[in-house]
Amino acid sequence: MPAVITQSPREQPAAPPAREAVIVVENLTCAFGERVILEKVSFEVYRGEIFVVLGGSGCGKSTLLKHLIGLYPPAAGRIVVNGIDITSGDEQALARMRREIGVLFQSGALFGSMTLGQNVALPLEEYTDLPPEAIDLLVRLKLRLVNLAGFEDYLPEELSGGMKKRAGLARALALDPDLLFFDEPSAGLDPVTAVELDTLIKGLNAGLGATMVVVTHELQSIFNIAHRVIMLDKDAKGIIAEGDPFYLKEHSPDPRVVNFFNRRPSGG
Amino acid sequence: MNAPVELHHFTLSATGEAGGEVTFQLGGRLSLDNLTAFLSAVEAETTRWQPRRLWWDLKGLEFLDTAATLMLHKLAADRRSAGIPCEFLHLSPEARRLFQLVRWEEFLAAAAPAPKKRPWFLERLGDWTLEIAADVSELITFVGGLILELLAVPFRPRRVRWGEVITAMKRVGVDGLPIITLLSFLLGLIVAFLSALQLKQFGANIYVADLTAIAMVQELGPIMTGVMVAGRSGSAFAAEIGTMKVNEEVDALATMGFDPVRFLAVPKVLASLVVLPLLTYYADLFGILGGMVVGFVSLDLTAYTFLKQVQASITLFDILYGTAKSLVFAVLIAGIGCQRGFQVRGGAEAVGAATTSAVVASIFMIIVMDSAFAVARQFLRPYTII
Repeated sequence: MPAVITQSPREQPAAPPAREAVIVVENLTCAFGERVILEKVSFEVYRGEIFVVLGGSGCGKSTLLKHLIGLYPPAAGRIVVNGIDITSGDEQALARMRREIGVLFQSGALFGSMTLGQNVALPLEEYTDLPPEAIDLLVRLKLRLVNLAGFEDYLPEELSGGMKKRAGLARALALDPDLLFFDEPSAGLDPVTAVELDTLIKGLNAGLGATMVVVTHELQSIFNIAHRVIMLDKDAKGIIAEGDPFYLKEHSPDPRVVNFFNRRPSGG
Repeated sequence: MNAPVELHHFTLSATGEAGGEVTFQLGGRLSLDNLTAFLSAVEAETTRWQPRRLWWDLKGLEFLDTAATLMLHKLAADRRSAGIPCEFLHLSPEARRLFQLVRWEEFLAAAAPAPKKRPWFLERLGDWTLEIAADVSELITFVGGLILELLAVPFRPRRVRWGEVITAMKRVGVDGLPIITLLSFLLGLIVAFLSALQLKQFGANIYVADLTAIAMVQELGPIMTGVMVAGRSGSAFAAEIGTMKVNEEVDALATMGFDPVRFLAVPKVLASLVVLPLLTYYADLFGILGGMVVGFVSLDLTAYTFLKQVQASITLFDILYGTAKSLVFAVLIAGIGCQRGFQVRGGAEAVGAATTSAVVASIFMIIVMDSAFAVARQFLRPYTII
């Protein structure tokens, strides 16, 4: 007689529609005190895509990212991530959302006093009750996914910049998030390492099916990985272009966008 | 962040014959959230069915993440090593993709990294000794370099950043006044009380003034000021330079052609050299005042008598002796603080360690040098005329 074990039965989630929005931003205004950085910005990020936020220096890319992960409260507007409204002021909702995302910070933000293995194991130890051997295996898997197998016992200070970023990515992947944020992943890396990281991001996107939001201004990276981009502008304080980077490069009516994609100075 | 862990739903049903070929049919969502429950469910089912051959049917599985994929492989591998052949059936395209990502065979091929071997006691003792020897030699080199820089100051005064010196003087000296006032006053009070209790028995009340004054000027004033400055400013120097080191600001200084020691350490040491003797006199004064309060309140000594006695008991030599000590302490505290800062490698934790070590090493060196002064004094005293 077959034994059926059913654990905490809940409603099954509905099958995802073709273009399901994972992040919905509505009329978002970002400001520091009186200084408004972005005004009434609205966009959506769809499941499974690599979505790139780009723009010149100081246009508010990183600020936008920090709003999306709930580090800065918005001055106005609404942000819904994975169906959770993170602008409602509900701390628990924010914590639940953060549990479902992974963030790769610009410099990796690894904890300097812990080995790579401990860095990756930390969220697993805190959020799951898996036995230590299972955590150990998972840590090895995550480090291998970012090509750092065998570096479990290294301290962050013993690594190069590119390795730190990859280790940061392994930590971001620890809880198998279906939504990953990258803050300037290729900044400060040599072209070869940067391309390797891009390939890694693409590979993980294909392999894990995770949605990825990438903030960058590296043109090569953008053309390499982006499925869709939005371009922010400092003076417009908002989005001046949205779509496929290859299309925008050739066909955008906005000279600012064409200049950006073709590496031309803003005067010409 | 104590988010409740979303528990999704998985099913595990077993079919087949107990002790023979068994199929585990998996369904629902299998992810990191419910992995622990899944692991124990599989263990329970294996124990119940005692299979000789095991099929894992993944047909009903709607969702799988890398953690779950890895654990499926691990469970299968555990059973294979127990002599139960395992096979996965009906992999969805997503599952196949994840299986490729995990590449379990490579896990088997690559042995687990060997845990770092803890060195044997003698090995650790040796490492430790070498570390201390290197540390001491580094400290001597650094302080030596610093003293050379200081000696060069009178010849090339324009090389010193005097603005920095003034700022450091304010931070080390002026900002430290309140706490030093309070501490030295209380210290004088304590010394006076302690000696009063004893001297009262012999009717030698007046000598409380001598004792307090000599103790403060020769020993307690310089030591207490030194310890306070080590705690307040030595630690601050280490933390400041350490953080600059972490942020590559020190490297930036070096590449701009500045000598980081001259740029960062010399002003701090110069400031300490000026300020520490002054702070010491100040502490001496308040210590004696503390003693005077005790004399006034509990020994019926007038302020005039007390001060007259103090004046008679202290010689110029005592004051110079205290000054010499405080000058040496100044170089030690500021030098060690800066040197520990420059030693920082790594991140936030290293800055913390450097700060602690700066305070501990400074206080240790203060006590050691104070002992050396006490011994030297025995030989110096007979030859002095002051």
